[in-house]
Amino acid sequence: MNELPQQLVNGLLLGSMYGLVAIGYTMVYGIVQLINFAHGEIFMTGAFGAFTVYLYVLPDGTSMAIALPLMLVGAVLVAVTVAVGAERFAYRPLRTAPRLAPLITAIGLSLALQQAVWAWYPNAKSARTFPQIEGGPFEIGSVTIQTGDIFLFVAAPISMAILAYFVMKTRTGRGMQATAQDPDTAKLMGINTDRIIVVAFALGAAFAAVGGLAYGLKYGQIDFRMGFILGLKAFTAAVLGGIGNIYGAMIGGVVLGLAETMATAYIADVPGMSQLGGQSWANVWAFVLLILVLLFRPQGLLGERVADRA
Amino acid sequence: MRQRSLIAITAALAAGALTLTACGSRDEDGGGSDNGGGGTTVVIGVDAPLTGDLSALGLGIKNSVDLAAKTANKEKTVDGITFKVEALDDQAQPSSGQQNATKLVADKDVLGVVGPLNSSVAESMQKVFDDAKLVEVSPANTNPALTQGTKWNGGEKARPYKSYFRTATTDAIQGPFAAQYVYNDAKKKSVYVIDDKKTYGAGLAATFTDEFKKLGGKIVGTEHIDPDTKDFSAVATKVKNSGADVVYYGGEYPQAGPLSKQIKAAGAKIPLVGGDGIYSADFIKLAGASGTGDLATSVGAPVEDLPSAKEFVANYKAGGYKEAYEAYGGYSYDSAWAIIEAVKKVVEDNDGKLPDDARAKVTEAMQNVSFDGVTGKVSFDEYGDATNKQLTVYSVEGADWKAVKSGTYTG
Repeated sequence: MNELPQQLVNGLLLGSMYGLVAIGYTMVYGIVQLINFAHGEIFMTGAFGAFTVYLYVLPDGTSMAIALPLMLVGAVLVAVTVAVGAERFAYRPLRTAPRLAPLITAIGLSLALQQAVWAWYPNAKSARTFPQIEGGPFEIGSVTIQTGDIFLFVAAPISMAILAYFVMKTRTGRGMQATAQDPDTAKLMGINTDRIIVVAFALGAAFAAVGGLAYGLKYGQIDFRMGFILGLKAFTAAVLGGIGNIYGAMIGGVVLGLAETMATAYIADVPGMSQLGGQSWANVWAFVLLILVLLFRPQGLLGERVADRA
Repeated sequence: MRQRSLIAITAALAAGALTLTACGSRDEDGGGSDNGGGGTTVVIGVDAPLTGDLSALGLGIKNSVDLAAKTANKEKTVDGITFKVEALDDQAQPSSGQQNATKLVADKDVLGVVGPLNSSVAESMQKVFDDAKLVEVSPANTNPALTQGTKWNGGEKARPYKSYFRTATTDAIQGPFAAQYVYNDAKKKSVYVIDDKKTYGAGLAATFTDEFKKLGGKIVGTEHIDPDTKDFSAVATKVKNSGADVVYYGGEYPQAGPLSKQIKAAGAKIPLVGGDGIYSADFIKLAGASGTGDLATSVGAPVEDLPSAKEFVANYKAGGYKEAYEAYGGYSYDSAWAIIEAVKKVVEDNDGKLPDDARAKVTEAMQNVSFDGVTGKVSFDEYGDATNKQLTVYSVEGADWKAVKSGTYTG
């Protein structure tokens, strides 16, 4: 039986998740040149936000059709609050400091958020079971799609379309583009750059929250460390796609997800490579791909010319 | 250029952060033992994952040791000695385990350590304890090399560390026992073997594979997963297309649960079989409804069914511990009790006082310890392995593990 279509779908789903989180890295980087390492944890708090709504706000036995939109709202609310709070209290005071200071702050914030959830969220010391959408898997030809994956399949493209519209068509979006190109000139043109930066953090957090909810639905469990590895992968996706470019983030995510899945599925079948295949080597192959891409296109797949901003 | 160097520094920091989050032990109060007995205080160290994915098992270990210490203090098992528990968190990381080992060695009151949970962590701790002649009794390590040397499979058994003992059975027995059950009792002839490449998981998968092949079964595929991820969809698809009628997984429940779930979701309605590392209530939680029918082997006979364990179960309940004693509770209690027995012997041989070289003496005494514990007769062979080699197959039924068959592997 041909497993390629199924593996492509697996990779696409994993990649969409990376992409949703990668958008946050790339937007913040594009505007303030900060690599927000706490972004993986914002993704995590989003997932816990959705979980909290399900567990403590909604009455027991609410159907997922009603619960899902509310969980989405909860996820976005929590993640955006955390991200805006982080911007206001952790990053803004350091805006004029040398670049390493906010970077270290981001890493500290990442640890602090993890530990805060660990310490104070009820029973979050080990994984919590996330509510699932009822209904069996759907078979399309030789491809099986889980009910939990459908949310991701629908949400990722919609999120992307909304983001593209926002950045291209709205006043604030164009303000973001201007600030990314040249913050000082943008300020002179009457753009409130402080506000633009907050919007960038909030938007990135909102997409991470969508990703967090999708993660819970897909894997059926969330825990306080879920954002750490995924955040690093999403950061990798952002670099792969060209950090600073929002389309690059999504494409980088999909490429990374597909690369990992394909490496797991097929490398071991290549003659002489059986030792280097399987999932435990998937990360290695994904990073080989990253290195190759950066060798030939140091700015990433869709990256902008970095030199003129340095 | 500045931009690129920033990314380089960032990457380096990210790598650093990866390792850093793994360190940093969080001291937890062992749960204050009763100050009965008076006189000298002897500390029993505990090293186990008290936070993170494996904390359910780790907290069960910590609580059971605490119960043993409290019981010994209440019954004045050793005259003039009060036992205290000092529990350290290794987060299932060998590096943290070694730091904890160093810390326990530095505390002169520590005369024995119960732990760790993971064989890979044990590897990093053994030498530290052995250099200090501090006895270590693990309730859960099952990798044969820990007691019998790396060449145990080639017939050259050699005990690497005299201070290391364990109350759990080894994978040299557990893997083949599972293979026999799967092949002879469950009548599954083609298996897909998956492991997590850790000391425990890979070792268990290897002993299972050997025996399964010997019995005439077919290995239709092997896969090594990355324990840091929760996405096993690519692996699940491969399992489905391999046509295997059972999956054997060498590893622990944080990965086994989602793996089982995703394999079934991919359309392969076949049971997942694992070792004591997946025998946890959390496995059932993580595997969800589709986990029914999954199997696990675990060390010893079911604690609930043993007459010797009734008292332990009752006392554990009465102790008011928040977490369940889990798979290793009985073994942890017995491990701690073995240390208590050894200390007792040393104290009695020395006119009721602790000798100056108490650590070395306790290690020596441990070799000859023998008593009726929670899990049956507790004593150690010349390698430091438990002489009790019972195993049990459990199956997931609804929300619980049900014992299916007890026995041992006799080659």
